[in-house]
Amino acid sequence: MSPQENVKFLHRKYIQSLNREKKWVRFYQAVIFIVFFSGWELASQKQWIDPLIFSAPSKVWGLFLTKIQDGTLMVDLGYTLSETVFGFILGTFLGTLLAAILWWSPMLSKIADPYLVVLNSMPKVALGPILIVALGPSFTSIVAMGAIISIIITTIVVYTSFKEVDPNYIKVLQTFGANRFQIFREAILPASFPTIISTLKVNVGLSWVGVIVGEFLVSSKGLGYMIIYGFQVFNFTLVMLSLLVIAVFATVMYQLVELLERKLIKNGS
Amino acid sequence: MDFLKVDAVHHTYFTKTSAVTALSDVSLEVEEGEFVSFLGPSGCGKTTLLSIIAGLFEPTEGTVTLEGKRVETAENEIGYMLQQDYLFPWKNIEENILLGLKIGNSLTPDKKAYALKLLQEMGLKGVESQFPKQLSGGMRQRVALVRTLATGPKLLMLDEPFSALDYQTKLKLEDLVSDTLKSFGKTAILVTHDIGEAISMSDRVFLFSARPGQLHKTFVIPKELRDETPFNARNHEVYPAIFQTIWKELESLEPAGER
Ligand SMILES: Nc1ncnc2c1ncn2[C@@H]1O[C@H](COP(=O)(O)OP(=O)(O)OP(=O)(O)O)[C@@H](O)[C@H]1O
Ligand SMILES: [Mg+2]
Repeated sequence: MSPQENVKFLHRKYIQSLNREKKWVRFYQAVIFIVFFSGWELASQKQWIDPLIFSAPSKVWGLFLTKIQDGTLMVDLGYTLSETVFGFILGTFLGTLLAAILWWSPMLSKIADPYLVVLNSMPKVALGPILIVALGPSFTSIVAMGAIISIIITTIVVYTSFKEVDPNYIKVLQTFGANRFQIFREAILPASFPTIISTLKVNVGLSWVGVIVGEFLVSSKGLGYMIIYGFQVFNFTLVMLSLLVIAVFATVMYQLVELLERKLIKNGS
Repeated sequence: MDFLKVDAVHHTYFTKTSAVTALSDVSLEVEEGEFVSFLGPSGCGKTTLLSIIAGLFEPTEGTVTLEGKRVETAENEIGYMLQQDYLFPWKNIEENILLGLKIGNSLTPDKKAYALKLLQEMGLKGVESQFPKQLSGGMRQRVALVRTLATGPKLLMLDEPFSALDYQTKLKLEDLVSDTLKSFGKTAILVTHDIGEAISMSDRVFLFSARPGQLHKTFVIPKELRDETPFNARNHEVYPAIFQTIWKELESLEPAGER
Protein backbone atom coordinates (compact mmCIF):
# COMPACT_ATOMS: atom_id res chain seq x y z
CA MET A 1 0.00 0.00 0.00
CA SER A 2 1.39 3.45 -0.90
CA PRO A 3 1.53 6.09 1.87
CA GLN A 4 -1.28 8.11 0.25
CA GLU A 5 -3.59 5.12 0.04
CA ASN A 6 -2.70 4.33 3.57
CA VAL A 7 -3.74 7.83 4.74
CA LYS A 8 -7.00 7.55 2.82
CA PHE A 9 -7.66 4.16 4.30
CA LEU A 10 -7.00 5.41 7.82
CA HIS A 11 -9.22 8.43 7.27
CA ARG A 12 -12.05 6.20 6.08
CA LYS A 13 -11.59 4.06 9.15
CA TYR A 14 -11.66 7.13 11.35
CA ILE A 15 -14.94 8.32 9.82
CA GLN A 16 -16.41 4.86 10.20
CA SER A 17 -15.49 4.81 13.86
CA LEU A 18 -17.12 8.23 14.34
CA ASN A 19 -20.32 7.01 12.71
CA ARG A 20 -20.32 3.85 14.75
CA GLU A 21 -19.98 5.87 17.94
CA LYS A 22 -22.86 8.12 16.92
CA LYS A 23 -25.08 5.11 16.24
CA TRP A 24 -24.33 3.67 19.66
CA VAL A 25 -25.11 6.99 21.35
CA ARG A 26 -28.47 7.18 19.57
CA PHE A 27 -29.15 3.54 20.42
CA TYR A 28 -28.58 4.02 24.14
CA GLN A 29 -30.67 7.19 24.14
CA ALA A 30 -33.53 5.23 22.58
CA VAL A 31 -33.03 2.41 25.08
CA ILE A 32 -33.30 4.81 28.02
CA PHE A 33 -36.48 6.31 26.56
CA ILE A 34 -38.14 2.94 25.97
CA VAL A 35 -37.02 1.40 29.25
CA PHE A 36 -38.25 4.43 31.19
CA PHE A 37 -41.72 4.52 29.69
CA SER A 38 -42.30 0.77 29.48
CA GLY A 39 -40.88 0.32 32.99
CA TRP A 40 -43.24 2.99 34.21
CA GLU A 41 -46.20 1.32 32.46
CA LEU A 42 -45.29 -2.12 33.74
CA ALA A 43 -44.63 -1.00 37.30
CA SER A 44 -47.93 0.77 37.37
CA GLN A 45 -49.93 -2.17 36.01
CA LYS A 46 -48.28 -4.65 38.34
CA GLN A 47 -48.95 -2.23 41.21
CA TRP A 48 -45.24 -2.01 42.10
CA ILE A 49 -45.85 1.69 42.31
CA ASP A 50 -49.11 3.28 43.34
CA PRO A 51 -50.98 3.89 40.06
CA LEU A 52 -53.05 6.53 41.77
CA ILE A 53 -50.00 8.68 42.43
CA PHE A 54 -47.69 7.79 39.57
CA SER A 55 -50.33 7.15 36.92
CA ALA A 56 -49.16 5.32 33.78
CA PRO A 57 -48.04 6.32 30.27
CA SER A 58 -51.12 4.69 28.74
CA LYS A 59 -53.44 6.71 30.99
CA VAL A 60 -51.52 9.92 30.30
CA TRP A 61 -51.74 9.22 26.58
CA GLY A 62 -55.48 8.53 26.85
CA LEU A 63 -56.04 11.77 28.72
CA PHE A 64 -53.88 13.57 26.17
CA LEU A 65 -56.11 12.35 23.32
CA THR A 66 -59.34 13.30 25.14
CA LYS A 67 -58.04 16.74 26.02
CA ILE A 68 -56.86 17.29 22.45
CA GLN A 69 -60.29 16.33 21.15
CA ASP A 70 -62.25 18.57 23.50
CA GLY A 71 -59.71 21.34 22.88
CA THR A 72 -59.05 22.12 26.56
CA LEU A 73 -55.35 21.18 26.38
CA MET A 74 -54.76 23.62 23.55
CA VAL A 75 -56.42 26.42 25.51
CA ASP A 76 -54.28 25.85 28.60
CA LEU A 77 -51.15 25.33 26.55
CA GLY A 78 -51.87 28.52 24.58
CA TYR A 79 -52.14 30.53 27.79
CA THR A 80 -49.00 29.21 29.36
CA LEU A 81 -46.99 29.38 26.19
CA SER A 82 -47.88 32.99 25.44
CA GLU A 83 -47.25 34.02 29.05
CA THR A 84 -43.86 32.34 28.97
CA VAL A 85 -42.85 33.81 25.62
CA PHE A 86 -43.92 37.31 26.66
CA GLY A 87 -42.26 37.00 30.06
CA PHE A 88 -39.09 35.71 28.47
CA ILE A 89 -38.88 38.45 25.86
CA LEU A 90 -39.79 41.16 28.34
CA GLY A 91 -37.30 39.92 30.94
CA THR A 92 -34.44 39.66 28.48
CA PHE A 93 -35.24 42.98 26.79
CA LEU A 94 -35.67 44.97 29.99
CA GLY A 95 -32.60 43.35 31.52
CA THR A 96 -30.49 44.28 28.51
CA LEU A 97 -31.96 47.79 28.49
CA LEU A 98 -31.11 48.25 32.16
CA ALA A 99 -27.59 46.99 31.47
CA ALA A 100 -27.27 49.56 28.67
CA ILE A 101 -28.40 52.35 30.99
CA LEU A 102 -25.89 51.27 33.64
CA TRP A 103 -23.14 51.20 31.01
CA TRP A 104 -24.17 54.64 29.84
CA SER A 105 -23.84 56.15 33.29
CA PRO A 106 -20.97 54.75 35.37
CA MET A 107 -22.12 56.92 38.26
CA LEU A 108 -25.59 55.36 38.21
CA SER A 109 -24.10 51.88 38.06
CA LYS A 110 -22.02 52.56 41.17
CA ILE A 111 -25.10 53.82 42.98
CA ALA A 112 -27.25 50.90 41.85
CA ASP A 113 -24.69 48.23 42.69
CA PRO A 114 -25.80 47.23 46.24
CA TYR A 115 -29.46 47.29 45.22
CA LEU A 116 -28.77 44.95 42.34
CA VAL A 117 -27.00 42.56 44.68
CA VAL A 118 -29.95 42.54 47.08
CA LEU A 119 -32.53 42.15 44.31
CA ASN A 120 -30.51 39.38 42.73
CA SER A 121 -30.17 37.34 45.90
CA MET A 122 -33.88 37.66 46.64
CA PRO A 123 -36.03 34.69 45.55
CA LYS A 124 -38.17 36.44 42.94
CA VAL A 125 -41.09 34.00 43.08
CA ALA A 126 -41.68 35.19 46.64
CA LEU A 127 -42.85 38.45 45.09
CA GLY A 128 -45.69 36.55 43.40
CA PRO A 129 -48.47 37.41 45.88
CA ILE A 130 -47.56 41.10 45.77
CA LEU A 131 -47.57 41.15 41.97
CA ILE A 132 -50.94 39.45 41.89
CA VAL A 133 -52.42 41.90 44.34
CA ALA A 134 -50.92 44.84 42.50
CA LEU A 135 -51.68 43.79 38.91
CA GLY A 136 -54.73 41.62 39.47
CA PRO A 137 -54.96 37.83 39.05
CA SER A 138 -54.58 37.99 35.31
CA PHE A 139 -52.42 37.40 32.28
CA THR A 140 -50.41 40.55 33.09
CA SER A 141 -49.33 39.49 36.54
CA ILE A 142 -48.24 36.07 35.31
CA VAL A 143 -46.21 37.61 32.46
CA ALA A 144 -44.69 39.91 35.08
CA MET A 145 -43.69 36.84 37.11
CA GLY A 146 -42.07 35.29 34.05
CA ALA A 147 -40.17 38.51 33.37
CA ILE A 148 -39.17 39.59 36.87
CA ILE A 149 -37.46 36.30 37.57
CA SER A 150 -34.91 36.94 34.79
CA ILE A 151 -34.52 40.74 34.65
CA ILE A 152 -31.95 41.29 37.37
CA ILE A 153 -29.71 38.39 36.51
CA THR A 154 -29.81 39.44 32.85
CA THR A 155 -28.89 42.99 33.85
CA ILE A 156 -25.94 41.83 35.90
CA VAL A 157 -24.57 39.35 33.39
CA VAL A 158 -25.01 41.58 30.35
CA TYR A 159 -23.64 44.66 32.12
CA THR A 160 -20.56 42.71 33.15
CA SER A 161 -20.01 41.68 29.57
CA PHE A 162 -20.47 45.31 28.39
CA LYS A 163 -17.74 46.35 30.79
CA GLU A 164 -15.40 43.60 29.70
CA VAL A 165 -15.31 44.60 26.04
CA ASP A 166 -11.68 45.18 25.09
CA PRO A 167 -11.13 48.94 25.57
CA ASN A 168 -8.97 49.01 22.46
CA TYR A 169 -12.04 48.56 20.25
CA ILE A 170 -13.41 51.67 21.93
CA LYS A 171 -10.10 53.40 21.34
CA VAL A 172 -10.28 52.58 17.62
CA LEU A 173 -13.75 54.13 17.46
CA GLN A 174 -12.63 57.17 19.43
CA THR A 175 -9.82 57.83 16.97
CA PHE A 176 -12.60 58.16 14.39
CA GLY A 177 -14.40 60.59 16.68
CA ALA A 178 -17.23 58.24 17.68
CA ASN A 179 -19.74 59.40 20.30
CA ARG A 180 -20.97 57.21 23.12
CA PHE A 181 -23.99 55.97 21.24
CA GLN A 182 -21.85 54.95 18.25
CA ILE A 183 -19.43 53.18 20.56
CA PHE A 184 -22.34 51.24 22.01
CA ARG A 185 -23.77 50.30 18.63
CA GLU A 186 -20.52 49.40 16.88
CA ALA A 187 -18.52 47.74 19.64
CA ILE A 188 -20.23 47.19 22.99
CA LEU A 189 -23.45 45.57 21.79
CA PRO A 190 -22.09 43.32 19.04
CA ALA A 191 -19.18 42.22 21.23
CA SER A 192 -21.70 41.16 23.88
CA PHE A 193 -24.03 39.23 21.57
CA PRO A 194 -22.63 35.85 22.61
CA THR A 195 -23.29 36.68 26.27
CA ILE A 196 -26.77 37.97 25.54
CA ILE A 197 -27.58 34.77 23.67
CA SER A 198 -26.35 32.62 26.52
CA THR A 199 -28.52 34.57 28.97
CA LEU A 200 -31.43 33.93 26.59
CA LYS A 201 -30.84 30.23 27.07
CA VAL A 202 -30.89 30.57 30.84
CA ASN A 203 -33.93 32.85 30.69
CA VAL A 204 -35.99 30.28 28.80
CA GLY A 205 -35.81 28.02 31.83
CA LEU A 206 -36.33 30.86 34.32
CA SER A 207 -39.43 32.19 32.56
CA TRP A 208 -41.06 28.76 32.73
CA VAL A 209 -40.43 28.70 36.47
CA GLY A 210 -41.92 32.17 36.90
CA VAL A 211 -44.99 31.43 34.82
CA ILE A 212 -45.76 28.05 36.36
CA VAL A 213 -45.45 29.46 39.88
CA GLY A 214 -47.62 32.41 38.79
CA GLU A 215 -50.28 30.00 37.57
CA PHE A 216 -50.08 28.03 40.82
CA LEU A 217 -50.93 31.24 42.64
CA VAL A 218 -53.59 32.63 40.32
CA SER A 219 -55.16 29.18 39.79
CA SER A 220 -57.51 29.86 36.93
CA LYS A 221 -55.99 28.47 33.73
CA GLY A 222 -52.82 27.21 32.09
CA LEU A 223 -50.54 24.23 32.54
CA GLY A 224 -49.50 25.36 36.01
CA TYR A 225 -53.14 25.46 36.99
CA MET A 226 -53.56 21.95 35.53
CA ILE A 227 -50.84 20.76 37.90
CA ILE A 228 -52.37 22.43 40.95
CA TYR A 229 -55.87 21.29 40.06
CA GLY A 230 -54.73 17.73 39.41
CA PHE A 231 -52.98 17.76 42.76
CA GLN A 232 -56.05 19.03 44.61
CA VAL A 233 -58.46 16.48 43.11
CA PHE A 234 -55.79 13.78 43.27
CA ASN A 235 -55.77 13.28 39.51
CA PHE A 236 -52.09 12.63 38.95
CA THR A 237 -52.59 11.61 35.35
CA LEU A 238 -53.41 15.26 34.75
CA VAL A 239 -50.26 16.38 36.61
CA MET A 240 -48.05 14.01 34.60
CA LEU A 241 -49.61 15.12 31.32
CA SER A 242 -48.95 18.74 32.18
CA LEU A 243 -45.35 18.00 33.14
CA LEU A 244 -44.68 16.14 29.90
CA VAL A 245 -46.20 18.92 27.80
CA ILE A 246 -44.09 21.48 29.64
CA ALA A 247 -40.95 19.42 29.08
CA VAL A 248 -41.63 19.21 25.34
CA PHE A 249 -42.36 22.92 24.86
CA ALA A 250 -39.54 24.17 27.07
CA THR A 251 -37.18 22.09 24.93
CA VAL A 252 -38.66 23.48 21.72
CA MET A 253 -38.15 27.04 22.99
CA TYR A 254 -34.57 26.27 23.91
CA GLN A 255 -33.92 24.85 20.44
CA LEU A 256 -35.37 27.99 18.87
CA VAL A 257 -32.95 30.13 20.86
CA GLU A 258 -30.09 27.96 19.63
CA LEU A 259 -31.32 28.48 16.07
CA LEU A 260 -31.35 32.23 16.68
CA GLU A 261 -27.82 31.99 18.01
CA ARG A 262 -26.59 30.43 14.78
CA LYS A 263 -28.34 33.13 12.76
CA LEU A 264 -27.11 36.09 14.84
CA ILE A 265 -23.51 35.27 15.50
CA LYS A 266 -21.61 35.60 12.28
CA ASN A 267 -17.88 35.88 12.12
CA GLY A 268 -16.97 33.55 9.37
CA SER A 269 -17.01 30.32 11.34
CA MET B 1 4.12 77.50 11.21
CA ASP B 2 4.75 73.94 12.21
CA PHE B 3 2.43 71.20 11.08
CA LEU B 4 2.41 69.24 14.32
CA LYS B 5 3.70 70.86 17.49
CA VAL B 6 4.00 69.04 20.80
CA ASP B 7 4.71 71.66 23.43
CA ALA B 8 6.02 70.89 26.92
CA VAL B 9 3.81 67.83 27.35
CA HIS B 10 3.81 66.16 30.71
CA HIS B 11 1.60 63.23 31.57
CA THR B 12 1.00 61.36 34.79
CA TYR B 13 -1.35 58.39 35.14
CA PHE B 14 -3.17 58.38 38.42
CA THR B 15 -4.54 55.23 40.02
CA LYS B 16 -5.73 54.59 43.55
CA THR B 17 -2.39 53.22 44.62
CA SER B 18 0.09 55.06 42.42
CA ALA B 19 0.94 57.99 40.22
CA VAL B 20 3.06 56.98 37.23
CA THR B 21 4.72 59.75 35.27
CA ALA B 22 4.76 58.47 31.70
CA LEU B 23 5.98 61.62 29.96
CA SER B 24 8.00 64.49 31.26
CA ASP B 25 8.47 67.75 29.39
CA VAL B 26 8.31 66.44 25.84
CA SER B 27 8.51 69.01 23.06
CA LEU B 28 8.91 68.27 19.39
CA GLU B 29 7.79 69.37 15.96
CA VAL B 30 6.96 67.50 12.81
CA GLU B 31 6.86 69.12 9.37
CA GLU B 32 4.20 68.43 6.80
CA GLY B 33 5.03 65.44 4.62
CA GLU B 34 7.69 64.24 7.02
CA PHE B 35 8.05 60.66 8.22
CA VAL B 36 9.38 60.42 11.76
CA SER B 37 9.94 57.53 14.17
CA PHE B 38 9.68 57.31 17.94
CA LEU B 39 12.22 54.86 19.25
CA GLY B 40 12.79 53.91 22.85
CA PRO B 41 12.74 51.20 25.49
CA SER B 42 9.47 49.62 26.56
CA GLY B 43 7.48 51.79 28.92
CA CYS B 44 9.00 55.10 27.90
CA GLY B 45 5.59 56.52 27.04
CA LYS B 46 5.43 56.15 23.26
CA THR B 47 1.87 54.86 23.21
CA THR B 48 0.88 57.51 25.74
CA LEU B 49 2.30 60.23 23.51
CA LEU B 50 0.46 58.90 20.45
CA SER B 51 -2.81 58.76 22.39
CA ILE B 52 -2.34 62.37 23.45
CA ILE B 53 -1.53 63.47 19.89
CA ALA B 54 -4.62 61.57 18.72
CA GLY B 55 -6.63 63.63 21.18
CA LEU B 56 -7.89 60.56 23.06
CA PHE B 57 -7.12 62.26 26.36
CA GLU B 58 -5.53 65.50 27.46
CA PRO B 59 -2.03 65.59 28.90
CA THR B 60 -1.68 66.65 32.51
CA GLU B 61 0.28 69.64 31.25
CA GLY B 62 1.25 71.05 27.88
CA THR B 63 -0.47 71.31 24.50
CA VAL B 64 -0.50 69.58 21.15
CA THR B 65 -1.50 71.47 18.03
CA LEU B 66 -2.04 70.36 14.45
CA GLU B 67 -1.85 73.24 11.99
CA GLY B 68 -2.27 75.61 14.89
CA LYS B 69 -5.47 73.95 16.18
CA ARG B 70 -5.58 71.98 19.42
CA VAL B 71 -5.88 68.29 18.64
CA GLU B 72 -8.80 67.74 21.03
CA THR B 73 -10.97 69.71 18.62
CA ALA B 74 -9.66 68.15 15.39
CA GLU B 75 -12.01 65.67 13.80
CA ASN B 76 -10.83 62.78 11.71
CA GLU B 77 -7.64 64.58 10.78
CA ILE B 78 -5.42 62.18 12.65
CA GLY B 79 -5.36 58.51 11.81
CA TYR B 80 -4.09 56.25 14.56
CA MET B 81 -3.33 52.60 14.08
CA LEU B 82 -3.04 50.79 17.40
CA GLN B 83 -0.35 48.38 18.50
CA GLN B 84 -2.48 45.45 17.30
CA ASP B 85 -4.84 45.43 14.35
CA TYR B 86 -8.08 45.45 16.39
CA LEU B 87 -10.24 44.62 13.43
CA PHE B 88 -13.80 44.03 14.60
CA PRO B 89 -14.27 40.25 14.45
CA TRP B 90 -18.04 40.51 13.85
CA LYS B 91 -17.65 42.77 10.84
CA ASN B 92 -16.39 41.61 7.49
CA ILE B 93 -13.39 43.28 5.85
CA GLU B 94 -15.46 45.76 3.86
CA GLU B 95 -17.43 46.83 6.95
CA ASN B 96 -14.18 47.12 8.85
CA ILE B 97 -12.45 49.42 6.40
CA LEU B 98 -15.53 51.62 6.06
CA LEU B 99 -15.95 51.98 9.82
CA GLY B 100 -14.25 55.38 10.11
CA LEU B 101 -16.36 56.84 7.31
CA LYS B 102 -19.52 55.43 8.85
CA ILE B 103 -18.70 56.93 12.24
CA GLY B 104 -17.96 60.29 10.67
CA ASN B 105 -21.21 60.16 8.66
CA SER B 106 -19.23 60.64 5.48
CA LEU B 107 -19.79 57.33 3.72
CA THR B 108 -20.25 58.64 0.19
CA PRO B 109 -19.92 56.39 -2.89
CA ASP B 110 -16.62 58.08 -3.86
CA LYS B 111 -15.07 57.53 -0.47
CA LYS B 112 -16.25 53.94 -0.44
CA ALA B 113 -14.71 53.37 -3.86
CA TYR B 114 -11.50 55.00 -2.62
CA ALA B 115 -11.32 52.67 0.38
CA LEU B 116 -11.88 49.63 -1.79
CA LYS B 117 -9.22 50.83 -4.19
CA LEU B 118 -6.76 51.22 -1.31
CA LEU B 119 -7.51 47.66 -0.28
CA GLN B 120 -6.71 46.52 -3.78
CA GLU B 121 -3.48 48.51 -3.83
CA MET B 122 -2.44 46.77 -0.64
CA GLY B 123 -2.74 43.50 -2.54
CA LEU B 124 -5.96 42.44 -0.89
CA LYS B 125 -8.38 42.01 -3.72
CA GLY B 126 -11.40 39.80 -3.15
CA VAL B 127 -11.30 39.61 0.65
CA GLU B 128 -14.09 42.18 1.14
CA SER B 129 -16.69 39.73 2.34
CA GLN B 130 -14.33 37.64 4.46
CA PHE B 131 -14.01 37.97 8.21
CA PRO B 132 -10.82 39.07 10.02
CA LYS B 133 -10.04 35.67 11.48
CA GLN B 134 -9.89 34.16 8.01
CA LEU B 135 -6.91 36.41 7.21
CA SER B 136 -3.25 36.06 8.13
CA GLY B 137 -1.55 38.47 10.53
CA GLY B 138 0.11 40.42 7.73
CA MET B 139 -3.15 40.74 5.81
CA ARG B 140 -4.99 41.93 8.89
CA GLN B 141 -2.34 44.56 9.51
CA ARG B 142 -2.81 45.84 5.97
CA VAL B 143 -6.59 45.92 6.41
CA ALA B 144 -6.11 47.94 9.60
CA LEU B 145 -3.92 50.34 7.65
CA VAL B 146 -6.57 50.72 4.96
CA ARG B 147 -9.18 51.36 7.67
CA THR B 148 -6.97 54.13 9.05
CA LEU B 149 -6.21 55.66 5.65
CA ALA B 150 -9.80 55.47 4.36
CA THR B 151 -10.89 58.63 6.18
CA GLY B 152 -8.05 60.57 4.53
CA PRO B 153 -6.25 61.73 7.69
CA LYS B 154 -3.67 64.51 7.46
CA LEU B 155 -1.44 62.83 9.99
CA LEU B 156 -0.96 59.10 10.30
CA MET B 157 0.36 57.43 13.42
CA LEU B 158 1.43 53.80 13.51
CA ASP B 159 2.11 52.10 16.85
CA GLU B 160 4.50 49.22 16.26
CA PRO B 161 2.57 48.08 13.21
CA PHE B 162 4.97 45.32 12.24
CA SER B 163 6.15 43.98 15.59
CA ALA B 164 3.90 40.93 15.58
CA LEU B 165 4.85 39.84 12.07
CA ASP B 166 7.52 37.48 10.82
CA TYR B 167 10.67 39.09 9.46
CA GLN B 168 9.96 38.56 5.78
CA THR B 169 6.39 39.90 5.93
CA LYS B 170 7.66 42.81 7.96
CA LEU B 171 10.26 43.79 5.35
CA LYS B 172 7.68 43.59 2.57
CA LEU B 173 5.12 45.62 4.48
CA GLU B 174 7.70 48.27 5.34
CA ASP B 175 8.28 48.82 1.64
CA LEU B 176 4.58 48.82 0.88
CA VAL B 177 3.66 51.25 3.64
CA SER B 178 6.55 53.57 2.91
CA ASP B 179 5.65 53.57 -0.77
CA THR B 180 1.94 54.20 -0.14
CA LEU B 181 2.58 57.04 2.28
CA LYS B 182 5.15 58.68 0.03
CA SER B 183 2.79 58.62 -2.91
CA PHE B 184 0.17 60.45 -0.82
CA GLY B 185 2.76 62.82 0.67
CA LYS B 186 1.39 61.93 4.10
CA THR B 187 2.89 63.03 7.36
CA ALA B 188 3.50 60.00 9.53
CA ILE B 189 4.74 58.99 12.96
CA LEU B 190 5.96 55.45 13.45
CA VAL B 191 6.55 53.91 16.85
CA THR B 192 9.00 51.05 16.89
CA HIS B 193 11.46 49.06 18.96
CA ASP B 194 13.43 48.16 15.88
CA ILE B 195 16.35 50.52 15.17
CA GLY B 196 16.68 49.25 11.60
CA GLU B 197 13.03 49.95 10.91
CA ALA B 198 13.31 53.46 12.31
CA ILE B 199 16.39 54.24 10.20
CA SER B 200 15.16 52.72 6.98
CA MET B 201 11.67 54.23 7.02
CA SER B 202 12.00 57.72 8.43
CA ASP B 203 13.42 61.17 7.85
CA ARG B 204 14.07 61.76 11.53
CA VAL B 205 14.27 59.50 14.55
CA PHE B 206 13.29 60.69 18.02
CA LEU B 207 14.95 58.64 20.72
CA PHE B 208 13.13 58.50 24.07
CA SER B 209 14.45 57.48 27.45
CA ALA B 210 12.34 55.82 30.12
CA ARG B 211 11.30 56.57 33.69
CA PRO B 212 10.16 59.22 33.17
CA GLY B 213 9.67 59.28 29.40
CA GLN B 214 11.73 62.07 27.94
CA LEU B 215 12.96 63.03 24.52
CA HIS B 216 16.61 62.03 24.69
CA LYS B 217 17.99 62.81 21.25
CA THR B 218 16.94 63.44 17.68
CA PHE B 219 18.72 61.87 14.70
CA VAL B 220 18.38 63.18 11.18
CA ILE B 221 18.63 60.43 8.59
CA PRO B 222 20.87 61.37 5.65
CA LYS B 223 19.26 62.08 2.31
CA GLU B 224 20.76 59.10 0.51
CA LEU B 225 18.90 56.73 2.85
CA ARG B 226 15.63 58.66 2.76
CA ASP B 227 15.40 58.33 -1.00
CA GLU B 228 15.75 54.56 -0.87
CA THR B 229 13.00 52.04 -0.16
CA PRO B 230 13.29 50.65 3.39
CA PHE B 231 14.64 47.35 2.08
CA ASN B 232 17.40 48.99 0.04
CA ALA B 233 18.19 51.42 2.83
CA ARG B 234 19.02 48.49 5.09
CA ASN B 235 21.66 47.45 2.55
CA HIS B 236 23.06 50.93 1.98
CA GLU B 237 26.69 51.63 2.87
CA VAL B 238 25.94 54.45 5.34
CA TYR B 239 23.33 52.35 7.19
CA PRO B 240 25.67 50.43 9.56
CA ALA B 241 27.28 53.61 10.87
CA ILE B 242 23.94 55.19 11.78
CA PHE B 243 22.75 51.94 13.24
CA GLN B 244 25.84 51.86 15.47
CA THR B 245 25.34 55.44 16.63
CA ILE B 246 21.72 54.88 17.61
CA TRP B 247 22.46 51.48 19.11
CA LYS B 248 25.16 52.98 21.38
CA GLU B 249 22.83 55.74 22.41
CA LEU B 250 20.11 53.21 23.25
CA GLU B 251 22.56 51.08 25.20
CA SER B 252 23.58 54.08 27.26
CA LEU B 253 19.91 54.47 28.24
CA GLU B 254 19.51 50.89 29.41
CA PRO B 255 22.09 49.90 32.00
CA ALA B 256 23.61 46.50 31.21
CA GLY B 257 21.68 43.51 32.50
CA GLU B 258 18.38 45.35 32.63
CA ARG B 259 16.60 44.47 29.42
N1 LIG C 1 -3.80 53.42 31.65
C1 LIG C 1 -2.67 53.48 32.39
N2 LIG C 1 -2.74 53.60 33.74
C2 LIG C 1 -1.62 53.67 34.49
N3 LIG C 1 -0.38 53.62 34.00
C3 LIG C 1 -0.23 53.50 32.65
C4 LIG C 1 -1.38 53.41 31.79
N4 LIG C 1 -0.94 53.29 30.51
C5 LIG C 1 0.42 53.29 30.59
N5 LIG C 1 0.84 53.44 31.87
C6 LIG C 1 2.25 53.51 32.31
O1 LIG C 1 2.86 54.57 31.61
C7 LIG C 1 4.17 54.22 31.18
C8 LIG C 1 4.27 54.41 29.68
O2 LIG C 1 3.41 53.49 29.02
P1 LIG C 1 3.27 53.40 27.43
O3 LIG C 1 2.27 52.36 27.13
O4 LIG C 1 3.04 54.76 26.90
O5 LIG C 1 4.73 52.90 27.02
P2 LIG C 1 5.29 52.45 25.60
O6 LIG C 1 6.51 53.25 25.36
O7 LIG C 1 4.23 52.51 24.57
O8 LIG C 1 5.71 50.95 25.87
P3 LIG C 1 5.76 49.72 24.85
O9 LIG C 1 6.96 49.96 24.00
O10 LIG C 1 5.95 48.54 25.74
O11 LIG C 1 4.50 49.71 24.07
C9 LIG C 1 4.39 52.80 31.65
O12 LIG C 1 5.19 52.85 32.81
C10 LIG C 1 3.02 52.26 31.94
O13 LIG C 1 3.08 51.37 33.02
MG1 LIG D 1 3.27 51.02 23.33
